[in-house]
Amino acid sequence: MVNLISRLCGKLDPLSIYDYREKGGFKSLEKVLFKMKPIDVIDEIKKSNLKGRGGAAFPTGLKWQFVSMEESDEKYVICNADEGEPGTFKDKILLDGCPFQIIEGMLIAGYAVGAKKGFIYIRGEYPKSKELLIEAVDILKKEGYLGDNILSSDFSFDIEIRSGAGAYVCGEETALIESIEGEPGRSRFKPPYPPNKGLWGKPTLVNNVETLANIPVILEIGAENYKKYGTESSSGTKLISVSGSVVNKGVYEVEFGITLREIIYDICGGLIEDRKLKFLQIGGSSGVCIPADMLDLRLDFDEFRKHDIGLGSGAILVVDENTCVVDFIKVTSEFFEHESCGKCTPCREGNYHIVRILKRIAEGKGSKRDLDLLKNISDVMQQCSLCGLGQAAPTALITTMKYFKEEYEEHLKGYCRAGKCTFKGGVLDE
Amino acid sequence: MNLQQIVSDAIDKKGNTKDKLIEILLEIQSRTEGNYVPTESLKMISESLDIPLSKVYGVATFYSMLSVKKRGKYAIQICNSAPCYISGSSDIVKIFEEVLGIKMGEVTQDGMFSLEYTSCIGACNLAPAVKINDKVYGNLDRNKIIEIIASLRKGGE
Amino acid sequence: MSKVKVFIDNREVIVDEGTTILEAAKKVNINIPTLCYHPDQKIKGICRICIVEVEGQKNFSASCCTPVRDGMRIRTNTKKVREARKNIMQFILVRHDGDCLTCVRNGNCELQKLSEELNIKEIKYDRIVENLPIDESNPSIVRNPNKCIKCGRCIEVCHDVQGVGAIDAINRSDDLKILPGLYEKISDVACVYCGQCINVCPVGAIYEKEDIERVWDVLEDKSKHVVVQIAPAVRVSLGEMFGFKPGSIVTGKIVAFLKAIGFDKVFDTNFTADLTIIEEGSELLHRIKNGGKLPMLTSCSPGWIRYIEFFYPELLGHVSTCKSPQQMFGALTKTYYAQKFGIDPKDIVVVSIMPCTAKKAEAVREEMNSSGYQDVDIVLTTRELGKMIKESRIQLEDLEEVEFDRPFGIATGAGAIFGATGGVMEAALRTVYEKVTGKELEKIEFTALRGIDEYKEAAVEMDNMKVKVAVVNGLKNAKIILDMIKEGRADYHFIEVMCCPGGCIGGGGQPIPSTNEIKKKRIEAIYNVDISYAIRKSHLNPVVNKLYEEFLKEPLGHKSHQLLHTHYINRKN
Repeated sequence: MVNLISRLCGKLDPLSIYDYREKGGFKSLEKVLFKMKPIDVIDEIKKSNLKGRGGAAFPTGLKWQFVSMEESDEKYVICNADEGEPGTFKDKILLDGCPFQIIEGMLIAGYAVGAKKGFIYIRGEYPKSKELLIEAVDILKKEGYLGDNILSSDFSFDIEIRSGAGAYVCGEETALIESIEGEPGRSRFKPPYPPNKGLWGKPTLVNNVETLANIPVILEIGAENYKKYGTESSSGTKLISVSGSVVNKGVYEVEFGITLREIIYDICGGLIEDRKLKFLQIGGSSGVCIPADMLDLRLDFDEFRKHDIGLGSGAILVVDENTCVVDFIKVTSEFFEHESCGKCTPCREGNYHIVRILKRIAEGKGSKRDLDLLKNISDVMQQCSLCGLGQAAPTALITTMKYFKEEYEEHLKGYCRAGKCTFKGGVLDE
Repeated sequence: MNLQQIVSDAIDKKGNTKDKLIEILLEIQSRTEGNYVPTESLKMISESLDIPLSKVYGVATFYSMLSVKKRGKYAIQICNSAPCYISGSSDIVKIFEEVLGIKMGEVTQDGMFSLEYTSCIGACNLAPAVKINDKVYGNLDRNKIIEIIASLRKGGE
Repeated sequence: MSKVKVFIDNREVIVDEGTTILEAAKKVNINIPTLCYHPDQKIKGICRICIVEVEGQKNFSASCCTPVRDGMRIRTNTKKVREARKNIMQFILVRHDGDCLTCVRNGNCELQKLSEELNIKEIKYDRIVENLPIDESNPSIVRNPNKCIKCGRCIEVCHDVQGVGAIDAINRSDDLKILPGLYEKISDVACVYCGQCINVCPVGAIYEKEDIERVWDVLEDKSKHVVVQIAPAVRVSLGEMFGFKPGSIVTGKIVAFLKAIGFDKVFDTNFTADLTIIEEGSELLHRIKNGGKLPMLTSCSPGWIRYIEFFYPELLGHVSTCKSPQQMFGALTKTYYAQKFGIDPKDIVVVSIMPCTAKKAEAVREEMNSSGYQDVDIVLTTRELGKMIKESRIQLEDLEEVEFDRPFGIATGAGAIFGATGGVMEAALRTVYEKVTGKELEKIEFTALRGIDEYKEAAVEMDNMKVKVAVVNGLKNAKIILDMIKEGRADYHFIEVMCCPGGCIGGGGQPIPSTNEIKKKRIEAIYNVDISYAIRKSHLNPVVNKLYEEFLKEPLGHKSHQLLHTHYINRKN
């Protein structure tokens, strides 16, 4: 475990600007405003090799560059605080622990890309965090860190807080933008991407909370020092949210390069009641399910990619042997069925059919043909859906059908090894 | 306070522009008895913000935190996402249903409680967890649930 | 704009940067299937039927919304692509009430056609058609949500083109439905019945309330004297349903058909269009002279009337009190015509054939009974006429052209152009100019007012008066002009508003497809009809003049007020 991005969380009064400044807060902003040109800031972020922490791992500096290159009378910076990926609660730690740090990151981003206005889109499920942010913004306005001519510089920037209202899809940046515009959060097709055409058609930078929290740190210690953390391909640290059947559930800041085994057994104290690990789901409900024999994988974007794993938001769900794979995937699929925005055909209909078929299998009424259908639907959703939600929704299904194929097949014969699924007429003999 | 007043206060507070629609709906819901956005309020918003009523309704029915149906004074939202599921959320559902004598999606006769599912509320370290209005309750078991309900009935938090 | 080179199915295509894959493919005659795509609408990218494979990309791209990149290699016809399309298609089909044989769009359905083209032979997924109620709550439009495929075209036309917003998508995921908001029925909301949603619907989810059977019934009823009027836009579009090229004029064939199936008299709405010009022109001059409310707004388009009644009732005083040509026709048929030919008006049935769905609702407005009976009894759309022709088994192309009956079959070119945006205004100017100046108008074509542009204006010198006019079509544009009036910025004397984009030729009752491309052809045809008339100014219509002599006496006179003028209703709240 390390303490780089989250070092101030829990160490200060989150609304005390005095505390924050005392601990070095706003030093980076001052440095940026008075000693650096926007292009230098972008270069520094590019040098740091910071990749987006929201899920897509897009190089942050490059994204900033895209927005800065756009010519427009108006540009926006959006902080994506719609942490909706099940099992992810790391942004909440940052939002509650040190809101000024995130806002400082936004201010620096605004300066770098040439935006004067920012939005923090926070999920409706975090009402307390939202209140805190509203207060934080008010304080910063009074203290001259937000508004016109910040710290008497030429730079002006303002922030509005906007609330989500219960829609997972709004974590997707174009759906989020729709939501800020007051619309249902239905994703737009891309391109155009938000850096070119985003909020109200203007160039828009959307960064995740954790990404923005990295910014003041990088500028404070310098890209070179920052890169000392982590691995070659994945610099810095990552906040991971561990949940499920582990002894110590929670959010931990770790350096890239740590193994999954170290996370689960060293940091989190292993599984509860010494249960046996069945699989880990990485990156939330839209992530892959990997079996216990892959525990020695290192947390690293490149290494993960080699195994077709996305780190996503950095959630790790620990699933033990007491869990039935089919039942688990049914629950996961119900989540996506509930959260699909309904706009594009594959996602709107695909999730529905997946749930329907899985219910059938869990009731012992499934057939070999159903497994083929699941494969068909998953492929179509992955390849043809309009946005990331539909594309990623069948990931867990696909990976469990790969690693736990026999368990699906057992259900066709009316047998559930976890004893979760109750079949009409009871458990059949093998 | 009457509905008209709640709506106009919400619009005054959040701003009279189309992009504030969701904020306004949340505000109205939080201040309306029964934790919901009454259809009458949708008409008022449609007029004030010059948004077609069909669109206002479309937004109100898109977001799952918004309800156009009356809920309980305490809207109990049980997380049914994977982390809480792993920690036994389906048992929690049964216990709540048993203790309150209603099924998921229903409201108790006295209007005090309603039960519904919610997607992940970010309390995975406290799984299984529920959200009751703005407050999160975690590490639930039968005793804790009985305790929470009793305390809310008494008017406590 | 820079050019990029791409390869589609191994064929090289050079196109402008920013061109979509779909457009680029069209250039080399590769016809990628589409469903939510509509040539006159925004790109939606939601049905995903148009997906293609792009080399080097894991996922497929929707060709309608993906711009080409230089060097892109695209495959539109691989096994994977075909399979994916079939799967997506099945997702749609299992939720669609596929009762094709009894569907209003049988044979003219984009889904049906696509299903055939994609070679769908099995449905692998569970059928899940919901049995939602069919909404037949109003006189004009029927919605069958069980056929809706959620393409979103109707929403776009209702919100973005018409600015009405009667329907929208509610709920999300597989619960998503397109409904009149929180209501079940269209009649509960501010719907103007323009039927533009019908014209863009790819399937049979929205259609006009069919009145064909009522017409067959009255035609068999020996005690009834059944007359029919045909609106100007019908004759330039009906042919499309029978394989004629868009823009074909089939007036004589329609008359022949209607006579063949037993109508006692076949008349022309162009005639009462001429009459409208006399009344409306006189009203305009009266308003100008007497300081009446200006600008005056036209009143022929019933969708437009409902719009202003719902959304801008405070401006109703600007609307001409003239009834529409359809309603003038009904009122006169059951009074003047009945008297002249000694027929008891209670035995007369007036049938209209209109390019319009809102006309059905107009005919049943309470105040439209100045003859003592409902002035117009049954209104059919152009499409319904086409269906009657098919049902009758009479071959339209074989019919010899026949002329309209007298007296109400005599019209001028001015009446004919009512069917296109700008036409009412042009017809009015042809008459008003001569009335004001007493001089003959030499150049009678007001080309500035023609064409499908959304907003047109002109100023015409008449002696020492400069008459300023404007023409808008599509209700979103009407809204713009109404806001201008409200703010006192509409410096016009007379404004023509037609509810439907392009005017009545683009009406909600017209043959489908009704694209801008096709509408342009229909407009061309309308002006060709105009040229074909010997008389092209309404005030020179001999029958109109005789009507005033024998019956009405004078424009805006007592009888006119009684029969040809009307009032409006505030429908707000």
